Amino acid sequence: MEIPISYETLRVLWWGLLGVLLIGFAATDGFDFGVAGLLPFVAKTDAERRVAINTVGPTWEGNQVWFILGGGAIFAAWPLVYAVSFSGLYLAMFVLLAALILRPVGFKYRSKREDKRWRAMWDWALFTGGFVPALLFGVAVGNVLVGLPFRLDEDLRAFWDGSFFDLLNPFAILCGLLSVTMMGLHGAAWLSMKAEYGPVRDRARTFAPIFAIASIVLFAGGGLVMAYGPYGFTQVGDVDPAGPSNPLRTETVAAAGAWLSNYAAHPWMILAPVLGFGGAFAALAGLKMNSEAVTFIGSKLSTFGIISTAGLSMFPFILPSSIQPNASLTVWNSSSSHLTLFIMLITTAIFLPIILAYTSWAFKVMWGRVTTEDVTSGGDYY
Amino acid sequence: MIDMEVADLSRWQFALTAMYHFLFVPLTLGLAFMLAIMESVYVMTGRQVWKDMTKFWGALFGINFALGVSTGITMEFQFGMNWSYYSHYVGDVFGAPLAIEGLMAFFLEATLVGLFFFGWDRMSKQAHLAVTWFMAIGTNLSALWILIANGWMQNPVGSEFNPETMRMEVVDFMAVLFNPVAQAKFVHTVAAGYVTGALFVLAISAWFLLQRRHRGFAKRSMTVAAAFGLMGSLSVVVLGDESGYALTHNQRMKLAALEAMWETHEAPAPLTLVGFPDVENQTTHFAVDVPWVLGLIATRSLDQEVQGILPLVAIAETRVENGIRAYDALQRLRADENDIEARTQFEETKFDLGYGLLLQRYMADPRDATPDQIRQAAFDTIPDVPVMFWSFRFMAGIGLYMILLFGTAFVLCTLRKHETRWFLWVALFSLPLPWVAAELGWLLAEYGRQPWIIEGMLPTFLGVSSLNATQIWMTIAGFTALYGALAVVEVMLMLHFIRKGPYAGKGGESGKSTKTRPAATEGGMAPIPAE
Repeated sequence: MEIPISYETLRVLWWGLLGVLLIGFAATDGFDFGVAGLLPFVAKTDAERRVAINTVGPTWEGNQVWFILGGGAIFAAWPLVYAVSFSGLYLAMFVLLAALILRPVGFKYRSKREDKRWRAMWDWALFTGGFVPALLFGVAVGNVLVGLPFRLDEDLRAFWDGSFFDLLNPFAILCGLLSVTMMGLHGAAWLSMKAEYGPVRDRARTFAPIFAIASIVLFAGGGLVMAYGPYGFTQVGDVDPAGPSNPLRTETVAAAGAWLSNYAAHPWMILAPVLGFGGAFAALAGLKMNSEAVTFIGSKLSTFGIISTAGLSMFPFILPSSIQPNASLTVWNSSSSHLTLFIMLITTAIFLPIILAYTSWAFKVMWGRVTTEDVTSGGDYY
Repeated sequence: MIDMEVADLSRWQFALTAMYHFLFVPLTLGLAFMLAIMESVYVMTGRQVWKDMTKFWGALFGINFALGVSTGITMEFQFGMNWSYYSHYVGDVFGAPLAIEGLMAFFLEATLVGLFFFGWDRMSKQAHLAVTWFMAIGTNLSALWILIANGWMQNPVGSEFNPETMRMEVVDFMAVLFNPVAQAKFVHTVAAGYVTGALFVLAISAWFLLQRRHRGFAKRSMTVAAAFGLMGSLSVVVLGDESGYALTHNQRMKLAALEAMWETHEAPAPLTLVGFPDVENQTTHFAVDVPWVLGLIATRSLDQEVQGILPLVAIAETRVENGIRAYDALQRLRADENDIEARTQFEETKFDLGYGLLLQRYMADPRDATPDQIRQAAFDTIPDVPVMFWSFRFMAGIGLYMILLFGTAFVLCTLRKHETRWFLWVALFSLPLPWVAAELGWLLAEYGRQPWIIEGMLPTFLGVSSLNATQIWMTIAGFTALYGALAVVEVMLMLHFIRKGPYAGKGGESGKSTKTRPAATEGGMAPIPAE
């Protein structure tokens, strides 16, 4: 079969779609993580906790699919990225999974019994399920920017020289904290829009500016490390964007500061960091103006900007290797075959709009503030 | 060289997490459709008791669904975590159905499950019913795509090894989609899910009736379960036969192993009812054979042979020899891409490359193999015969028993003899059986294709990640603790809900349903609407 789109274009499209999925995840499930992580701080009584939980109750499950789909899409479109990263981050992945497993059960089981200890236990589970993944996602991105300690043998089998604790380097922790504040801001913005006028909403609104300012500071800090720190990689020699997916056929070297060179080559990319900062400032302005919509959209845009900054800075790298730079995985050397990328693109083009349509409908059906009366009277709430 | 301890531990971990996940999946598959049926009756008749049924069974569905989703997340990431080389080797083919599952099915199911629980008062009856149906369809579509992925592991059609990228790549996606093994597995698996859902409802209804509680509610639930379960159990056996037929063409070794058939029998082959497979002496003691039956099931004819284990080993031996040549050609191609002779040799032998890789269990370079080692590798293609033999017999036995059980339930419901006490006890005690059968089914499918992770293409031990045993022990311990705790919590919560019954805190069955239907509630004497 003749494939109507070139391999090179498909690779860039799939790199973009990966970004769309990650941003979709951070922009929807991000506020679910934020709400769960904020649970002990914004809600003190059982009724308050139930209000907070039920602001995300009907939609978090659908939101979570962005994450699952992200995993599936990496597997299908970037199998080497999937293979290398998940096995390398083995124990971190386990901690992430354990935290993510607690979340659905926490949401579903918490209110099924009156018992106080039962509910307190699930409050902890929900907090863990919100805070730990938010932190780990950022730590993971930080480590990817630094370069991961993997090498590939001739058969493309991946080997790792590094331990769980090496992942907790200062720059990665900075990224982890940024991810926490980003999702915290998003959660607080969501609560201020979806919780009834009362203590939960008020507390969320006192946390929001702290998270917004912290996001701005941490994001700027990350930029400084990128500019003056030792990190960055670059490809040398001829790069064939339509070449076979085999990293060992390309050549890469470490180059400090290289992550910022894309902005010189493609000035439009500067929009991403601008959006990262601008969104956070807009969220602050929204809080000041008492406009919940501005705060929420600002927080979304900031998420969008921050994630795309990480992605665009690294282009065409997806997963650089710190110990064998030639093993680095890029947009050009680690994708699926031409045919698979094409089939997956067609499928996505058909289903993504449908997904967006019924997801918007679901949000519309569940629109409106959650009140104490709702959660204490109706049997349909968590 | 691969560390076999890492390979074994990875297999244990996968088996643990997959079989645990599969405790929740069949119930989700079956209950989702039963909820849709119950709610349809509610919308058509407007009778409150049917809404109560949808909500009560829906609450149990929700408790189960939460763990199904939680444990499903593990499954998706486990390929990359523990089976990293496998993920690289086949991601081009295997990843696509998984991603499409997310796009087409899981998104639908997960988005609508929220509306199913929270949307009762926020949309019209019809819209809510549509949500429930689409949720059920989404659940079943999920199974379809997962089984297309799994079916390809059993019968890797539509793909080829590409020496430039050192992996399998798709050449014919339609072949992957319409893989006969995948289709047979899908229908067999979802039907097994329907039986599980039906027995769950039947057994709990039986328990209510034994206690003489919620009788109107329980009788209606029992009727739905009986009809749905009979349909499901008949399908599961008929479609299981289809699965067997698919094996004849694609996994001859698995078929021969589950029959413990050592030599090729002259056509038509007999079906061994029971016996004791003896692996050491390659024979089956005290076998009770039913003539012709296996030939009929497996080939749908009286004149085609079903091959035995030992003749299949002989074929494997030739393929291992061929595989060594494929491996040799691959190494030469790697040194010089333009080596025409090597390319020709590779093209001739590439479909046997996997058989050559079997030797990497014993040596790094298969070209160093001695004739004895080649023979050993060929014998390695035999799965665990006694386990296959007995798993199949227990699974099939439970399948046939389910037809009997649901047949009886259906007759009793039709005769309005819902409260036949001996049957209620039987139904209650049969509750674990569909789960036992489902787990045995997985054992047959997955353990039965060993030593292959991709049948004939990639040996299981090569698929693992470069981890050390300690790391895997840590996660096995972690998953065991976490899953164990959650299992206890889930069962306790289910029992708590069942004990409270459908009308907890709502003033009892009469309190709510008398408003709409006074005659049918207490005593259960009123006629039950036709289903």
